[in-house]
Amino acid sequence: MTSERFTTGDRVRVREEEKQGHVRTPDYVRGKLGRVDSVLGEFGNPESLAYGGSGLPEKPLYKVGFRQTDLWQGYAGTESDTLYVDIYGHWLEPEEGE
Amino acid sequence: MSEDRGHSHEHPHEAAGPGGESGWYARRTRAIEALLVEKGVLTRDDVRGQISYVESRSPENGARLVARAWVDEEFKRLLLSDTKAAASEMGLDASGPVQFVVVENTPEVHNLIVCTLCSCYPRAILGRPPDWYKSFNYRSRAVSEPRAVMREFGLELPEDIEVAVHDSSADIRYMVLPMRPPDTEGMGEEDLSRLVTRDALVGVSVPRFEGARA
Repeated sequence: MTSERFTTGDRVRVREEEKQGHVRTPDYVRGKLGRVDSVLGEFGNPESLAYGGSGLPEKPLYKVGFRQTDLWQGYAGTESDTLYVDIYGHWLEPEEGE
Repeated sequence: MSEDRGHSHEHPHEAAGPGGESGWYARRTRAIEALLVEKGVLTRDDVRGQISYVESRSPENGARLVARAWVDEEFKRLLLSDTKAAASEMGLDASGPVQFVVVENTPEVHNLIVCTLCSCYPRAILGRPPDWYKSFNYRSRAVSEPRAVMREFGLELPEDIEVAVHDSSADIRYMVLPMRPPDTEGMGEEDLSRLVTRDALVGVSVPRFEGARA
């Protein structure tokens, strides 16, 4: 699984993977389409750090915005309501990668 | 202070949390701590130091940062772009591996913070999160029905305001910069900071000024 690089404004899809253990990508956004809001920096990979690993190589972290109406059926709010989740690069793929 | 590094299960401080001193989690935590000390991974002083560090943090720190940002535009820009530098300018040491992002409420956007995976919270500034922040109820509903959650906290937002929820499930800790309430033009920084509650820093509430003109 390679780490993709993205920039602000990119349309991305969260990988739909079943991975057990210490994973920071919430279930409810897996497989969902979002947009990169900002690039947050490089951080040790929590999936390695949690088990005494080095966390290396560091992974880019992105703030990804999702439309709430895309996430929840019957969402009680407005079209413009947004949910942001911080997601590591290796959990994202370009939208057209489908 | 010299510490007994031997295999002692005596404990120098009170265990807290569900189940109390003799509960399963407290005993498990003490066993793990004793093992870590025995193996030289950390010392009792490290543990005590960390407890003091967290205990010395409180929502008043966040309130001071917000009040300063309300009266000083340049400080506000710093708070939004480099939170650690802004904290340091106010004598607050928020250095450490965790990064902070402050999100600003505007007439168009209201921000709400949650950590669905556990209880990520800007502890280095605000101290320990409230119990409700860690509850399954808040963590699941803040993402899926934020408006209903805020309504339960007494905050009804009009439809033309966008609700932006931030799920801080990775390496960033979030804090909200609320809007300055109306009719507070004459108030000084210290009085303003008293209007800023912990709940407003999470986004389930907004600062209100009782003396506001109707």
